[in-house]
Amino acid sequence: MYKVCTAFAVLCAMAAPLPALAQDAELSGLREEVKTLQKSYEERMRSLEKRLAEAEARAREPQAAPVAPAASVSAPAARASESAFNPAISLIMQGTYARTSQDPNNFVIQGFVPSGGEVGPPKRSFGLGESELNLSASIDPYFRGVAIFALTPENEVEVEEAYFQTLALPRGFTLKGGRFLSGIGYQNEIHQHAWDFQDAPLPYKAFLGGRYTQDGVQLRWVAPTPVFLELGGEIGSGQSFPGSDRNKNGAGSWALFAHAGGDIDESYAWRAGLSYLRTSARNRSYDDLDALGNPVANSFDGKARVWILDGVLKWAPNGDSRRMNVKLQGEYFRARQDGTLTYDDTAQAAPQFGATFTDAFRAAQSGWYAQAAWQFMPRWRVGYRYDALRYGDVDIGIVANGLGPTAADFPLLGRHNPTRNTAMLDFSFSEFSRFRLQLAADKSRAGVTDNQVILQYIHSLGAHGAHRF
Amino acid sequence: MNTTFKRASLAALMVAALFFGRPAAAALNIFACEPEWGALAKELAGDKGNVYVATSALQDPHRIEARPSLIARARSADLLVCTGAELEIGWLPLVQQQSANPAIQNGRPGHFEAARQVVLAEVPQRLDRSQGDVHAAGNPHVHLDPRNVAKVAAALAERMAELDRKEAAHYRARANDFLERWSKASVRWEKQSASLKGVRVVVYHRDLTYLVSWLGMREAGSLEPKPGLPPTTGHLSELLARLGREPAKAIVRSAYTDPRPGEWLAERARIPLVALPYTVGGSEKAKDLFGLFDDTLARLSAIVK
Repeated sequence: MYKVCTAFAVLCAMAAPLPALAQDAELSGLREEVKTLQKSYEERMRSLEKRLAEAEARAREPQAAPVAPAASVSAPAARASESAFNPAISLIMQGTYARTSQDPNNFVIQGFVPSGGEVGPPKRSFGLGESELNLSASIDPYFRGVAIFALTPENEVEVEEAYFQTLALPRGFTLKGGRFLSGIGYQNEIHQHAWDFQDAPLPYKAFLGGRYTQDGVQLRWVAPTPVFLELGGEIGSGQSFPGSDRNKNGAGSWALFAHAGGDIDESYAWRAGLSYLRTSARNRSYDDLDALGNPVANSFDGKARVWILDGVLKWAPNGDSRRMNVKLQGEYFRARQDGTLTYDDTAQAAPQFGATFTDAFRAAQSGWYAQAAWQFMPRWRVGYRYDALRYGDVDIGIVANGLGPTAADFPLLGRHNPTRNTAMLDFSFSEFSRFRLQLAADKSRAGVTDNQVILQYIHSLGAHGAHRF
Repeated sequence: MNTTFKRASLAALMVAALFFGRPAAAALNIFACEPEWGALAKELAGDKGNVYVATSALQDPHRIEARPSLIARARSADLLVCTGAELEIGWLPLVQQQSANPAIQNGRPGHFEAARQVVLAEVPQRLDRSQGDVHAAGNPHVHLDPRNVAKVAAALAERMAELDRKEAAHYRARANDFLERWSKASVRWEKQSASLKGVRVVVYHRDLTYLVSWLGMREAGSLEPKPGLPPTTGHLSELLARLGREPAKAIVRSAYTDPRPGEWLAERARIPLVALPYTVGGSEKAKDLFGLFDDTLARLSAIVK
């Protein structure tokens, strides 16, 4: 039988075109090669065992000592140059073409204290988005460093994130320090270019000024359980909305979050979370108009608290997301502010009151959004999002005490429940480029609907980005 | 009600884990990125290893997200067995970081990369994304050449012995046994596949390169216009025209790829479309590494019958 086979193989090889001859030698060499490998393996094994025995006899060395990859058969030669140590660099380029029925410069979320963040729709006509420069590398065996700079279309540079992160803490702990996107909520930690829509959901805009960034430290712990469970806490300066720079010692903000997640089966994966943010503000000011339409400066002093409940469910047939996949995402926010509000129209030439008023301010408001993105064929996705904010209870002491300004002097805080419907269609040429069309009917302002058409491109250059869940 | 119970049991588990640390069973917790390395790890570790396989044969190892379940499993892993060469670049670095497990970080003995044990083919001359999703280190789909599997097996057994010194002899004995069986099987495959020499096939992705070159077959083109980009009608028509001039015997695709572009071309070029398991679990017969090669060669041999 064996002979017949060999003869057949030889015949085939002879009948085959020329290049096959070279491979014929390889074919008969295969057996030798595997044999040699096995033999050399046995030899090495013996010598290693001997060395190991010697080493163990010498000392009780802990196994944590970094060992060179002794077993590597033919490790590729490392590049020997200074640039080999350069961090991974990637650059995200974005731009929009926008058409809005309302002036984006008048954008307000009626009924909610303005955050001062960039939460409005993009500027009309062609507009450059933020370009994001991303550098990351291991610092040493103990730390990893990440820095992300946003180059704004106004030719400014913002440090979006710049943090170190531990790599070697035991028992599932990670410590992060510097400036980083807070771990609260689901979308907060995701960079804008990886969002499913061009802009943030309304609750993020109203309660966190788009997203919450900490200047501080974060400690996370991942539980050693087969189901994903992660607990985290942060303390920071609390300078971003809903807090403000307080010029005080100690932490101005702290946050706690818990995430759980897992696979339901091969096709479904989920993550859910609960987060709490507590921060305080001093002289957090915003501009409004009084009843006569003249500018007024208001400022808030006090505490702000935000609760977030989030959930994500993803589906892909057999977990293969290339052909088709669905992502459902939703978050529910409750936000409270307790403190005092100061009304000041003294800066005006002909003020209505010419005085400052300070009294209690309390707001208990909420909001939620739910969105779905469906990749119905390779490269193409459609998505829909609905967001809604509840005005809730807002008590303005200055108005209630009846001594001066009335509700008409706080038009921005007038009762309104904003809603928005958003639809999008995007196309990705590859993992590194995406074009998106987004249509929105935005009722953030009272009584008017802003119909928005936004075309967007997102291109990524350089190091391969991460596929975050 | 149910969720409360789940939460309560989770909390109990957490507390238990905090106080008692790792479960008493002294086995290596192995996190295999792909099914082929999971199967190899099982062969080598036997009952001394708990093997978790992160991806299935129906998933593209490149397009995986750092799902919570992966992070949770990586958290308690002693050893990651992955391909490397940037195959898992989209998700593994994130899993490593978020799992907060120092044992499996890059450069530690608990991070094993198969691609480092073999010589990679198709190292790009031009490293530019205009060439598609190319890998700087070379083609990472190394396991479909049995000689590579043997090299990886030898290195992996050593790594296991290094991590679990008490049981070193166990891993080495199993490796020796595996290599013995593997070398016998390799000879069998070599004989079986002799008729495949010089046979031209169209592939889907460049994931069968090592198989094709081991068997002495030849690639007549790939359905993807560039690595990682989905097939387009324009490219398929061009390929069809080329096949008219230089015919191929068949179109072969891996189990995890989309069958439709291949079906389209197979129908028009009047050649069969052959689905290969690609990895362990990719077909009913590919239950382990031996089954994978047996089934792959059986399916390929059917082309030339």
